Amino acid sequence: MAKEKPKPVDHDQKPVAAMTVVQKIKDLAQGVFEKIIDKKAPYLEMPLRSLQNVKYDAHIGYFEAIGKMKGRTLTASTVKTFAQTLLMMNESKKLVESDDIATKREMYYISKNWADARFLDQPESDTVMDDFEAMLSVNREQIGFVPEEKGGAVAGKLVVIDKDTDTGKELRIDCTKFGSGAYSVPTSVEHLKFETDAKFVLAIETSGMFQRMVKHNYWKKANCILIAMGGVPTRACRRFIRRLSDEKDIPVYVFSDGDPYGYLNIYRTLKVGSGNAAHINKYFCVPKAKFLGVTPQDIIDYKLPTHPLKEIDIKRVKDGMKNDPFVQHYKEWRKALDQMVSMKKRAEQQAFAAHHLNYVMDVYLPEKLKDQKTWLP
Amino acid sequence: MTDQTQTKAIPTAKATQTTLTDQASGGTKAHQMAEHQREISVAEFFEKNRHLLGFDNKRKALLTTIKEAVDNSLDACEEARILPEISVEIIDMQNDRFRIVVEDNGPGIVKKQIPKIFAKLLYGSKFDKLSQTRGQQGIGISAAALYGQLTTGKPIRITSRISPKHESHYYELHIDTKTNQPEIVKEDTISWKKDHGTRLELDLEGTYIKGSQSVDAYLKECAIVNPHATFIYTNPKAEQLIFARVANELPPEPKEIKPHPYGVELGRLIKMMQYTESRTLQSFLTTDFSRVGPGTAKEICEEAKILTNTKPEDISRDQTERIFQAIQKVKIIAPPTDCLSPIGEESLVKGLKKEINAEFYAAVSRPPSVYRGNPFIIECGIAYGGDQPQEESVRLMRFANRVPLQFQQAGCASTKAVIATAWRAYGLQQSRSALPVGPATVIVHMASVWVPFTSEAKEAIAHYPEIIKELRLALQECGRQLASYTLKKRRLTDELQKRGYIEKYLPHIGIALKGLLGLNDAKKGEIEENLKVILEQKRGKLKEIGAENAEYDASFAKIGEESEEAGDAFVEGEADEPDEAEEDEKGKGAKGKGKKRKKQEDEENLGDEGEL
Repeated sequence: MAKEKPKPVDHDQKPVAAMTVVQKIKDLAQGVFEKIIDKKAPYLEMPLRSLQNVKYDAHIGYFEAIGKMKGRTLTASTVKTFAQTLLMMNESKKLVESDDIATKREMYYISKNWADARFLDQPESDTVMDDFEAMLSVNREQIGFVPEEKGGAVAGKLVVIDKDTDTGKELRIDCTKFGSGAYSVPTSVEHLKFETDAKFVLAIETSGMFQRMVKHNYWKKANCILIAMGGVPTRACRRFIRRLSDEKDIPVYVFSDGDPYGYLNIYRTLKVGSGNAAHINKYFCVPKAKFLGVTPQDIIDYKLPTHPLKEIDIKRVKDGMKNDPFVQHYKEWRKALDQMVSMKKRAEQQAFAAHHLNYVMDVYLPEKLKDQKTWLP
Repeated sequence: MTDQTQTKAIPTAKATQTTLTDQASGGTKAHQMAEHQREISVAEFFEKNRHLLGFDNKRKALLTTIKEAVDNSLDACEEARILPEISVEIIDMQNDRFRIVVEDNGPGIVKKQIPKIFAKLLYGSKFDKLSQTRGQQGIGISAAALYGQLTTGKPIRITSRISPKHESHYYELHIDTKTNQPEIVKEDTISWKKDHGTRLELDLEGTYIKGSQSVDAYLKECAIVNPHATFIYTNPKAEQLIFARVANELPPEPKEIKPHPYGVELGRLIKMMQYTESRTLQSFLTTDFSRVGPGTAKEICEEAKILTNTKPEDISRDQTERIFQAIQKVKIIAPPTDCLSPIGEESLVKGLKKEINAEFYAAVSRPPSVYRGNPFIIECGIAYGGDQPQEESVRLMRFANRVPLQFQQAGCASTKAVIATAWRAYGLQQSRSALPVGPATVIVHMASVWVPFTSEAKEAIAHYPEIIKELRLALQECGRQLASYTLKKRRLTDELQKRGYIEKYLPHIGIALKGLLGLNDAKKGEIEENLKVILEQKRGKLKEIGAENAEYDASFAKIGEESEEAGDAFVEGEADEPDEAEEDEKGKGAKGKGKKRKKQEDEENLGDEGEL
């Protein structure tokens, strides 16, 4: 790693070309190599992966890295991680050159060939991977690593245009034709194209709520696309929504549980990205997303059955108030969080079932969609 | 074997001695009973109460006998200013019978004293003497002789010579248990190779065991705290072990002191008053006690409301009690402490080094302190590491006036103080109210003109707050020295581990770069070489420091008279221990490197801070 800081990749929203990635990896390795030939301790530098290293600007719309770096100089105590990082770079180079991929889990198994330098468990391997990814300021898919998890489920007025991996022929996938099932977002979404005339995308936290809406063809009634995120949205899911939102200029509404996790982890990550992967937030965020519910005010207005806030919820709110640039930017959110802490209550999406099973589709969503003033930014 | 000083042990016996003696005869029941009433001799008393005197069972009897003989020899040699060389031999005679032979190079005993010293109980010279001697172990060697006589019927055999000009006398002695008088079985003049010294041969019934309460352990412990003595020990298996002398100077001779008023009990005061040669109360106080001048004496008399010129023999019991109480009220300066002869830090370390194979040694000798008018000094030592067991409680060796205390560990103030010390801070493990666990031997020594034992058995030191306090201070001081070593050792272990890391992972950097940049094997080799240089420069050179302690040789500790501290300079360099003058170049080198390494490590740590 040469002395100058790695510059953020300048390819607007497209992935770095494969050859460029290989070149970047080689440059890093060359830097290390030259240091060693000079008999100086080599070091690797990477962006700091935490909320401390991001700022939020509403015009840009996502968490932007502010360039804080951490270095890893080769010493006795870092020699293992240092070797592992270089070995992983080597594997990554092979993957990219052969246009192959490895899942994070597979990467962990590949390391079992490294004798003493092998990873002892997957978290260890994932951390090195995250560091390496940040070092190159690319998305991990671009360096040949893909996540295990699914990207999310889609149903509704959308045609996804994919390619047959064997023939290269265009495949048109109509998301209205999955019946009671759904289209599954692939781990890599860059090559997809979309056709839609839906009015909006509804990103839903839980699969349970998604199921209910699919079952009752809610997308038909509301003329929308339904996407189940299943907790914090994966990168693929975020990227999928982002491209949909950008390319089809379609608004994105988020419907999560009414609790700090739903607000600060799920919604915030979808909208502006995370501190952990600041270098890629640019691509993996949906700045135009808006928060439809469940807001703390909804809990009162719709007389929802509640659960008490847990210790960890309160801690999450306090942390957010103190460290999260997104929360600090929006006084609406600060107000909402304050309200929640003073209520000491949280409510789940499915709580509407207390009124009647389809209350959420018959009453709540239509009312909310009509009145954007009850939303949060 | 010389002086017969161990007589303080048995006031019980004395009390029994003065039993009803009545010759009168008559018809009453009382008269009938009187016929059975007679004086009981100490010897007879002993016959029935041997457990009081350390002969409770066969294995203890063997140990007690050797202890009495060795302690006497050491006391005699030291008083005569001779470097002791004592040989102890135990010969297995089968059927639980053993022959014990103890021979010393002491001053010898004059002919007419020999029978009384070895074959009359309660015969000795230091009955009222207040000085730091070993003689507090129980009854003297004559008890052992009696025990041997009772269990085997054989007489004790003594050979003694006082100078080359004198002849060597040989005696075989029995004790007449009825009269407590020596009975000479055989008397002879023989030729003997020794210029001076005493040899004792005794048959008894016993059991030879191993372990912490064995003769072996006793002699080893003796060797540690008496580094000026050589012990040659032949065990029943006819294996000879030599505990060689490492200090060529005798400890300073303990001076006899007068009792300090604060330490005197009423009974003793009454007795002293009876036997004093002083004419007046004032002169009694000033001459028979330490630290009492005319001024203090007057103060005591005023406080007791008795004239200073009263004759001691005219003073009543009540008046004595008033004097006793007055003493407690008057302020008297602490007793002199030059009467004590501690082992000394240097000698203690030497003793530990030659008998225990460890990596680190430390000793602390506290300044003198006083409990109830008795001056005392607490010393402690520690030997850490080496081949001592890691997962067991530390080995605690307790001593009083250089005599090993091998029984009643739990009841002893030393044990209490060791338990109460927070050893975790010093790098040993420790659970609540337990001895610390770790590869260490802890030595605790109390030197005093009067060691307060908890019981007649004289096996444990009593819990006086002043003594406990001194014990804890000494242990803490020792502990701090230990901590500085254990810390260094831990650092060294970490360091070695890090070096292991380097060796382990460096090749992988080469492999990775080779793959990434398509390097050839030569370049890969160069990378690995360079990396080694880079990392090792940063770490400094300290490989030699990790070496083993070469000083102790198992054969040295047991055999071989040249058991000098060969090569200890190295360990001391590591341990920051006060060094002997003969520290060689190697030692200095190691020290220098140690410092250099420390500095480099600090730099290293600064360097490491930058990362997560």
